[in-house]
Amino acid sequence: MAKVLGEIVIDIERCKGCELCVDACPEEVISISDTINSKGYQYAITVNHDCTGCMNCALVCPDAVITVYRKVIREPRKTANVVEAN
Amino acid sequence: MGELKLMKGNEALAEAMIRAGCDAYFGYPITPQSEVLEYLAREAKARTGMVVFQAESEVASINMIYGAAGCGRRVMTSSSSPGMSLMQEGISYIAGAELPCLLANVVRGGPGLGTIQPSQADYFQAVKGGGHGDYKLIVLAPSTVQEMVDFVKLGFELAEKYRNPAMILTDGAVGQMMEPVELFDQMPRKTEFPEWATIGKKPGKDRNYITSLHIQPEKMEEINLRLQAKYKKMEEEEVRYVTMDTDDADYIFTGFGLGARICMKAMQIAREKGFKVGLIRPITLYPFPTKIYHEIAPKVKGILDVEMNAGQMVEDVRLSVNGKTPVEFYGRMGGVIPSPEEIFEHFIKTFIEGGK
Amino acid sequence: MSDKTLIDMEAEIAESQKRENICLEENLIYRKPEDTLIDTPMHYCPGCGHSTAHKIFMEVISEMGIQEETIGVAPVGCSVFAYHYMNVDMQEAAHGRACAVGTAIKRIMPEKYVFTYQGDGDLAAIGTAETVHAANRGENILVIFINNGIYGMTSGQMAPTSLPGMVTTTTPFGRDVSIQGYPLRISDMLASLPGVAYITRQSVHKPNNVKRTKKAMQKALEYQKKGLGFCLVEIVSNCPSNLKVTPLQANQFVEDKMIPFYPLGDIKTPEGK
Repeated sequence: MAKVLGEIVIDIERCKGCELCVDACPEEVISISDTINSKGYQYAITVNHDCTGCMNCALVCPDAVITVYRKVIREPRKTANVVEAN
Repeated sequence: MGELKLMKGNEALAEAMIRAGCDAYFGYPITPQSEVLEYLAREAKARTGMVVFQAESEVASINMIYGAAGCGRRVMTSSSSPGMSLMQEGISYIAGAELPCLLANVVRGGPGLGTIQPSQADYFQAVKGGGHGDYKLIVLAPSTVQEMVDFVKLGFELAEKYRNPAMILTDGAVGQMMEPVELFDQMPRKTEFPEWATIGKKPGKDRNYITSLHIQPEKMEEINLRLQAKYKKMEEEEVRYVTMDTDDADYIFTGFGLGARICMKAMQIAREKGFKVGLIRPITLYPFPTKIYHEIAPKVKGILDVEMNAGQMVEDVRLSVNGKTPVEFYGRMGGVIPSPEEIFEHFIKTFIEGGK
Repeated sequence: MSDKTLIDMEAEIAESQKRENICLEENLIYRKPEDTLIDTPMHYCPGCGHSTAHKIFMEVISEMGIQEETIGVAPVGCSVFAYHYMNVDMQEAAHGRACAVGTAIKRIMPEKYVFTYQGDGDLAAIGTAETVHAANRGENILVIFINNGIYGMTSGQMAPTSLPGMVTTTTPFGRDVSIQGYPLRISDMLASLPGVAYITRQSVHKPNNVKRTKKAMQKALEYQKKGLGFCLVEIVSNCPSNLKVTPLQANQFVEDKMIPFYPLGDIKTPEGK
């Protein structure tokens, strides 16, 4: 069984807080922070780890501030011979 | 000796363009200079492969000139007064972006739609800058078909030397008249282009961009100072003019292009009648030959400036003379060409009988 | 039997799920183009479609490997500074004249990729003649046309593409077609010309639309390489600042009002739509 894990990195100094990414994200990973960057914009931040690396946010982001990573994890199968830790 | 041919002014202009290795001509028909585009359309492609293009308007033409000049090419367009007015915005952009190009204005009577007859009433537009902002055109004024040919070569050289637009300011008569010309040999088309040209970003180098937009006032001033330094250099090094019989002259006739040519005949009449008249004929209207007027003015009793307009170059003559001798004007407007006799009569009336 | 215990394996999984172990170069699937998009803040308003269009077009140039063979022409309008963001040789044109400038560049250097990038005023008001004639001649160039139905840079006047009833600074009571005429569907007009190879209308307000627009830009450049004729990619876009709404609201306006008037999709293709 495979699990897809994604993460995004937001260049908060270039973010203008337009919120297009917030709306585009199907997993509600992104929100707008309470703090501002040096240009005075409230920038986007990730608020959970539910990202699947779908890239919707990076696609709509006008300022190209989002970098997207995606990793596929192969979960191990549980076997009968399990040695318990002492 | 180069090839000799009997040619019409407009066609000689076109022939010179081909021989000077011009890369592109973008133009629009307008009387009295449509022959330039027509000649190029017939002749050019087979001889040098240059681009000859009929654009949809003069506005489009001048912007095509801008685009091709930005690619480092040798480019030219021509038009006549109303069409030249349409090009003024584009010319300002070309000067502001420091691009070289050659223009020809085959002037007709105006203002407005005017007439198709020759005139010299675009001197102000050409020399004082018809477009917006502080820029100058290098302006050459031919008075013979031979000079139409020679000034194409000279115009390209000056435009490229200074990265500035240059103009051949002629008129409908010189454009239409036929005279024998000696043509220079075919020059090769360019194969190498200036390092600022937009021909595709080179690996390892910054890409180029051509613009006249500089929002920061300090930067815009810097650009203007650079342009002014260029113009100062032109004023020091590129002045060209012709003088005739000025050594013993009591009076000077002056004019440019066709006007000066008619003055030559008027001068001959005056000499025959015992008046010592000389001629100053500027070739570069910008940079204007201020010094020669300044030198000669104190030695003569008066200067008669003859133009086919309401009095345009005469202002620069007066500035150059700076009050050292009377300057009088004689002009015909709206496409009427003055005769040598009427110029001589005006000279007599103004300077001899008028007691000036 | 596995050497690892279940707890060990679960610990390994938890470890690998940590953010720093996901954000590694080997897991990278998207980063903005580093060669063609100049790394500088773009001056466009938050949420503006211009920035998105610049970004994806530069991705296309980068992915096609044609940075050194491309010359672009910037307009007058909000995107007058396009050349500060696009790392290709570029020329700034006078207002409306980009198609004339682009024509000359392509005629001089037919082997290069030439594009113009223009707004609605530049292309369909002052530049209408140059646009129509370049299309009519089948100039082998790509025109990227950003249609946001308003004049952005000059602060919100009516554009030829402003919708009926749209409030702008020069139509403060709403665009009245009996006075100001009808919005110009310039793309549909141009499509009727035989010299036009490809005209498509797209948008960048939603992720799928961004993907489609990018594909359209790539197709247009491929058609240019084949010498098929004039190509235009219209991008129906937003102007949050001059509509005085948030970017999301402006995009809702695109969805609800602009797109019904300017429907998305291919208007003409070389295959013969």
